[in-house]
Amino acid sequence: MRHFSELYWRLDGTTSTNEKVAALKDYFAAVPPEDAACGLTVLCGAKQLRAVPMKLLREWAAEAAGLPLWLLEECYAHVGDLAETLALVLPETFPTEPQAFEQPAADSFSLSQCLAETVRGLKGRSDVEKRQVVEATWRRLAPRERIVWHKLLTGGCRVGVSRTLVARALSELSGLEPAVIAERMMAATIETAEDFQQLLSPEPTAADGLRPYPFFLASPLEAEPDALGEVTDWQAEWKWDGMRAQVVRRAAGVTIWSRGEERMTDAFPEIVAAAEQLPPGTVLDGELLAARPECLLPFAMLSRRASRKRVTKKLLADIPAVFVAYDLLETAGADLRALPLSQRRHQLLDLLPVAFDRPPEPRGGGTAAGDCPGPEGQLFHSPLVVGRSWEELRQLRAEARRRGVEGLMLKRLGSPYAHGRPRGDWWKWKIEPLEIDAVLHYAQAGHGRRAGLHTDYTLGVWDGDELVTVAKAYSGLSDKELVEVDKIIRATTVQRHGPVRVVEPTLVFQLAFENVSRSTRHKSGIAVRFPRIQRWRRDKQPRDAATLADLEALLAQAAGRAHHEGTKDTKKSSS
Amino acid sequence: MSDLLAVTPNGLYCAAGDFYIDPWRRVQRAVITHAHADHARPGSDRYLCAAPGKHVLRTRMGSTAVIDTLRYGEPTTMSGVEVSLHPAGHLLGAAQVRVSHRGETWVVTGDYKLQADPTCEPFEPVRCDVFVTESTFGLPVYRWPEPAAVAAEINAWWQANAAAGRTSVLLAYALGKAQRLAALLEPTIGPIYAHGAVMKLVEAYRASGVRLPPIDRVPPRSRRVGGGKGLVIAPPSAAGTSWLGRFGETATAMASGWMLLRGVRRRRALAKGFILSDHVDYPDLMRAVELSGASRVLVTHGFSDVVARLLRERGLAADVLQTRFVGEATPDDTDSDDDEAGP
Ligand SMILES: [Zn+2]
Ligand SMILES: [Zn+2]
Repeated sequence: MRHFSELYWRLDGTTSTNEKVAALKDYFAAVPPEDAACGLTVLCGAKQLRAVPMKLLREWAAEAAGLPLWLLEECYAHVGDLAETLALVLPETFPTEPQAFEQPAADSFSLSQCLAETVRGLKGRSDVEKRQVVEATWRRLAPRERIVWHKLLTGGCRVGVSRTLVARALSELSGLEPAVIAERMMAATIETAEDFQQLLSPEPTAADGLRPYPFFLASPLEAEPDALGEVTDWQAEWKWDGMRAQVVRRAAGVTIWSRGEERMTDAFPEIVAAAEQLPPGTVLDGELLAARPECLLPFAMLSRRASRKRVTKKLLADIPAVFVAYDLLETAGADLRALPLSQRRHQLLDLLPVAFDRPPEPRGGGTAAGDCPGPEGQLFHSPLVVGRSWEELRQLRAEARRRGVEGLMLKRLGSPYAHGRPRGDWWKWKIEPLEIDAVLHYAQAGHGRRAGLHTDYTLGVWDGDELVTVAKAYSGLSDKELVEVDKIIRATTVQRHGPVRVVEPTLVFQLAFENVSRSTRHKSGIAVRFPRIQRWRRDKQPRDAATLADLEALLAQAAGRAHHEGTKDTKKSSS
Repeated sequence: MSDLLAVTPNGLYCAAGDFYIDPWRRVQRAVITHAHADHARPGSDRYLCAAPGKHVLRTRMGSTAVIDTLRYGEPTTMSGVEVSLHPAGHLLGAAQVRVSHRGETWVVTGDYKLQADPTCEPFEPVRCDVFVTESTFGLPVYRWPEPAAVAAEINAWWQANAAAGRTSVLLAYALGKAQRLAALLEPTIGPIYAHGAVMKLVEAYRASGVRLPPIDRVPPRSRRVGGGKGLVIAPPSAAGTSWLGRFGETATAMASGWMLLRGVRRRRALAKGFILSDHVDYPDLMRAVELSGASRVLVTHGFSDVVARLLRERGLAADVLQTRFVGEATPDDTDSDDDEAGP
C-alpha cells in the first residue's frame, strides 16, 4: 500500500504531465508485477467493488474517533470527501491491544495483498467480520495511506491520470510503442502478474487478436467554422446522438468496444451477427444507435438497451440497434489509420454501401429525411452532409435538433486517424443549446478541488409562487464566482438537511441544456438533458426567472419530434 | 437579570461598564483583542489593548488613534466593572478580555491558539463563569501537526528549491502568520524577503522587541531577486499576480490551517501547503473550554452551531453568539489577514 499511496499522492500533487509520467514509471518499476497489475486496474478506472457500504464505514469511524455520528456528517459536509474525512478524524495511532498479533510493517502490505484481504476478501462476510478487518487495517496503515484505502474500500478510487499517460509511462519503461501498449490495455483485462508481463511482452500476444484501436476524439468547435479554411477540404456528417463504438472483426471473432474501452459485445448480438459476415481483419469506427426501419429512437432507449446484461428477445424487438460507421480503420488485416480520411472513406463505402437514413419520428413529418422507411439491416455507413459553403452547412446544422442529432462533425479530408484528442483535424460542431434562467434552490458542498465550497446547485423555476426544481448543475462559473456564490449561499441559507442547504431565492443562473423530457426525477415533472450553468445573471431578479409554463412550452415543441419519452438519462459517450 | 455582555448593533457591549469589545462600528470605548481587520476597526474615540500589541495596533488604526494599554494581567476598572487582558497566543499582543462584575466573570477569547509561537506570549487559561470562544476550526477534522515538524518541512522545502535555483514564495497572512513563519525559518539557507504589506508589520514587531531573522523588503520593479536561493513571504493576494514575476522561476506554497484539506490545496493550485494556523484546532478548543471551568459557553466565529451543539451534548449550557457581519468561515478569501476569512 505504501507504494500505491505514494503514487496516488504524487499524482494528486502535480499538474505537470512529465511529473505524472515520472511518478507512474517509478511506481511500475518499484512494485512486483501482481501489484503493477492491481495498480493499473485502479488507474484505468475499472469498475470497483464496493466492499463496505459508506454508511457502515461512517458509523465505525465515528465510534473509533469517539464522535457522535452527526458530527462526522458535519465534517463530511465540510470536507467533501468521505475517505479523507474518515482519515482526518480517526486516531493517528491506535492504542495497541496487548493480545494483538504481530503485524508486518506497513510497507510489506502490498496493494494486491491489501485488495485481496481487505477489499475483495470482504465479499459475503458478515458486518461483524467486515468491521474487524476494517479496524485491523486502520491499525496497519498510516493516515495518508488510509485515505487511499478508504477509496478502494468504497469503490471510489479515481486518479487524475489518463490511459494515454499510463500507456506512455509503460512504454518508456518497456521500450514498446505507446500505441501497442494502449491497444493491449484496451483488449485485455489485466489482473494477474502474468497479464501484466504479457502487456509489456516484446512478442505478439493473444490480446493482439481482439484489440481495437485507440479512439480519435473530436474537439468542440467553439468559433465559427469559416476559420477552418476551404469548405472543400472538409467532410461533414451528422453528429449522431448514440454511443461511439468500434466493431472489431478478426479471425478470433467479433468484439464491440465502447469509447470508455469497455466491451459491449454481449449487449448487441444483432450487430455481432451482422459483423460476422464481414471479412476477418476489419475494424469499423462508428456510432451505435437505437432505430427501427421507420424511425430513430431516443438516446434514453439505447442506454436502456446497453445497460442490460442479458438481452431478451422482447428487448431486441422493442429496441433494435444499428451500427452507423464513420470510418474504416483496418481492412484485410492492414492498418489504414495513416491513410487520409478520403481514402479510408472510399474503402468504407465499398464495404458498407448502404447509408443510414431515418426520419427522427415515425410515419414521417415532412422532414428532409423523407417519408419512406429506411433500409433494413444493422450495418450502415454514415452519410455525408453536403454543403457548398460554410453558410450552407450552417443552415443544415440548424435542422439538427429536428432531426434528432446533436449537430455536425467536421473532419479534414486529408486527416489520418489519430490517437486521443489532438486538435485541428476533427471538430464537433454542436447545435446551440436551449436556455432558460433558473433560480438557485438547494446547494451542496462539492468534491475534489471544490471541497468545502457549495458548488453543486439544484435549480428551480417558478410554479406560481413556488419554486419547483428542474435540474442539478455543477459547473460553468469561474473559480472567483464560485467563491462569491458560496458566500451568498452561506448567508442566505434558510434550512439545512445534512449537507444540503435550502437557500432564499436570490441567485439567478442561465441554464443551458440540450433537450427536455417528462420525468419524475424533479419536482417540476420535467428533466433537461446535459444541464450546465452558462453564466450568473446578476442583472436579473429571481422573479424574472423562467416559469414552469416556459418549460412546458419547450417540451411541447420537443414532443412534436420524439414520441417516446426519455426514461432515464444515462451518461453517454459522445465523439 | 440581563447578561454582562450582549450583542448590539455596534458589537459586543458591556452595559454595566459602558464599553465594547472588538466593535464593528465607531464607538466611544473599544477594548481590542487584537489588530486583525475583523476585530480592530478604525474610527473609535479610545482603544484599549494589551501593551505588547500597541505598535501593531497603531499601524492599523493610524497615528492619531488614542490607544491606552494594559500589561497582561493588570486589572483596571471601567464604571465599576473590572477588566483585565490575558495572553491569547494568537499573535503579538493578542488578548483575551476578562470582564468581572458582581461576582460573575466572563472571558472573551478573541482569536487564540494553544500551540507554541516564538513571536508572542503563550495562551493563558483564565477561569470564568461564561467563556466566549471562537470556533474557526471547530471541527474534529482539524488537528494541527507540531509546529516544529511544520517548520522542519518548510525549511526542507526551501532548501530543495534553493538547490534547484528556484525562489521560494511562501504565502501567509500579513499580520501574525508572516512574522511567526519568519521566526521559524532557517536563515542560513538563503536571504529572506518580504512583500511591503508584510514588511510594515515586521517592523512593528521589531519595534515591540520581537527578534526576527534579517528580512529585506522586496525592491520595487527589480528583477531576479535572491539569485534563486531566496524565500519571499507574501500575502495570499499576491498569488498569481505579476508582482511574483520578478523572482524568475518560483515554487509557491501557502501556510494556513486550511491547507489541511486536500480540496483546498487543489483549488488553490498549490503544489505545497503547510498546515500552520494561529487559531485553536478542535482538540485544543475542547481543552480550552475545560480549562476555563466555565459552565456556560458562547460560541462565535466559525463552526459556532456545531461546537455549541456538541458542548450541550456534553452537559454545558452552550449557545451561538450571533454576531453580525461575521459570517461562517469560508475557505477562499485572499484579502483578509486571518485564517478566519477561510481556506
Ligand atoms: Zn485574528
Ligand atoms: Zn478573528
